[in-house]
Amino acid sequence: MRVPPELKYTKTHEWARQEPGGVVVGITSHAQQELRDVVFVELPAAGKAVKQGESVAVIESVKAAFDIYAPVSGAVSRVNDAVAKSPQVVNQDCYGVGWLFAITPSNPQELAGLLSADAYSQQIQAEAH
Amino acid sequence: MNKTALHEKHRQLGAKMTDFHGWEMPLYYSSILEEHRAVRQAVGLFDISHMGQVIVTGREAAQALNRLFVSDISQVGEGHACYTLMLNESGGILDDLIVYRIGPEDYLVIVNCGNRTSDVEWMRAHLAGEAQLTDISEGRSILAAQGPLACRLLEQVLDARVTSLGRFGIAPIRTMGPASCIARTGYTGGDGFELFVPDAHAKRLWDLILASGRAIGAQPVGLGARDTLRVEAGLRLYGSDMDATTTPLDAGLEWTVAINKPDFIGKAALVAQKQRGLARKFVGFELTQGPVPRAGMELTVEGRRVGTVTSGTFSPVLNKPLGMGYVEAACAKPGTILTVTVRSQRHAATVVKLPFWQSERKELVDARSP
Repeated sequence: MRVPPELKYTKTHEWARQEPGGVVVGITSHAQQELRDVVFVELPAAGKAVKQGESVAVIESVKAAFDIYAPVSGAVSRVNDAVAKSPQVVNQDCYGVGWLFAITPSNPQELAGLLSADAYSQQIQAEAH
Repeated sequence: MNKTALHEKHRQLGAKMTDFHGWEMPLYYSSILEEHRAVRQAVGLFDISHMGQVIVTGREAAQALNRLFVSDISQVGEGHACYTLMLNESGGILDDLIVYRIGPEDYLVIVNCGNRTSDVEWMRAHLAGEAQLTDISEGRSILAAQGPLACRLLEQVLDARVTSLGRFGIAPIRTMGPASCIARTGYTGGDGFELFVPDAHAKRLWDLILASGRAIGAQPVGLGARDTLRVEAGLRLYGSDMDATTTPLDAGLEWTVAINKPDFIGKAALVAQKQRGLARKFVGFELTQGPVPRAGMELTVEGRRVGTVTSGTFSPVLNKPLGMGYVEAACAKPGTILTVTVRSQRHAATVVKLPFWQSERKELVDARSP
């Protein structure tokens, strides 16, 4: 299972990456593998204020719907229309073209407090047992 | 948890397993959407050994079954089968099932696994005349090979009638022990076969079909795609789309009912309901895009609740969300625009005629409407 070392992670299987335009968010390879057949993605409106840990998007697989939580607080700065149009890109490239939305953070310390790649890898290994 | 004789095969194939009415069954092996496409384009192999198998035999077996089921069992010839329903006295559906006439006085009845115990009790309690009932489910497996290439594949690997078997036909498989049969039936809306064999033959048959079919795209298929396939074909699922609180008229299954045969359990209630008229109807609806409608979601028209979703899925073939459910009779006409509310957002859903999808080969389409 790929866990890129340069990203930050949540316990709820989102990844986060600091970019000039804000903190970009997606779901991990482990998460997309568990969901399997992604058929619908519901994204927040740009500008929406979000709190860390709050549900801000929904990904639906054939079997069920899953909440996606904000890794950091702030305002949604951008959303990825490509995943809304072609939800399967979440399965195909979850760390790249399958990103979900970006947040302009209101508290920069929250990002630093997220899980490292090592800590996240340990968590998914622990969940598998 | 109950396990089928093929449980180890599923593990070896890396299946994601799920609890289905107390049975540990494969949900998917690779992906639900991919397995679904394999069934529509090539052939998919299912383990459906969790389903119950009941034998009814005896000089008056046909008459006994004719009282238990809504269809005219006396019209089912040897080597043929029919899809039918078993009702309680109020006309409520106890189960939907297929009854196969495998001998002059011998019937094989395949029931839903969740209803097996209650079905057998009910049938025993209401079995009249010279007829004996045996639950033969233990020690027996059912494999289903479904899809447009299933016929070609099974013709190669089985010593049985395959190509010459008509829709809803059943014939013996000669090399696989007593009471081994092949039937041209299924739950996908397309061409396909179900194989009833003793457990001792199940693993070999499973491997043989997958190995021989690999080159033409045969794949193992789990219950996830079994559900998306049956929804696409507009086939009802017991426990979701119908139960003891729905009658065949409510569920749009009046075509199964031989209302003019002498008597059967539930007949009086159906006759009375027909005179009263239907308050609700079972419909299919589709969304052009958006989220997947799921069981329990409300259906409204202009803000007024008119019904409930009972099944929903995303169709990989039609590439849109589909749903089925009950609505007030006035809202059941194809073309009616309903609203389905998902996470407090409203989405338009258009009532369409079922099935959503059907095989282009008309001779293989089941009679699903009057």
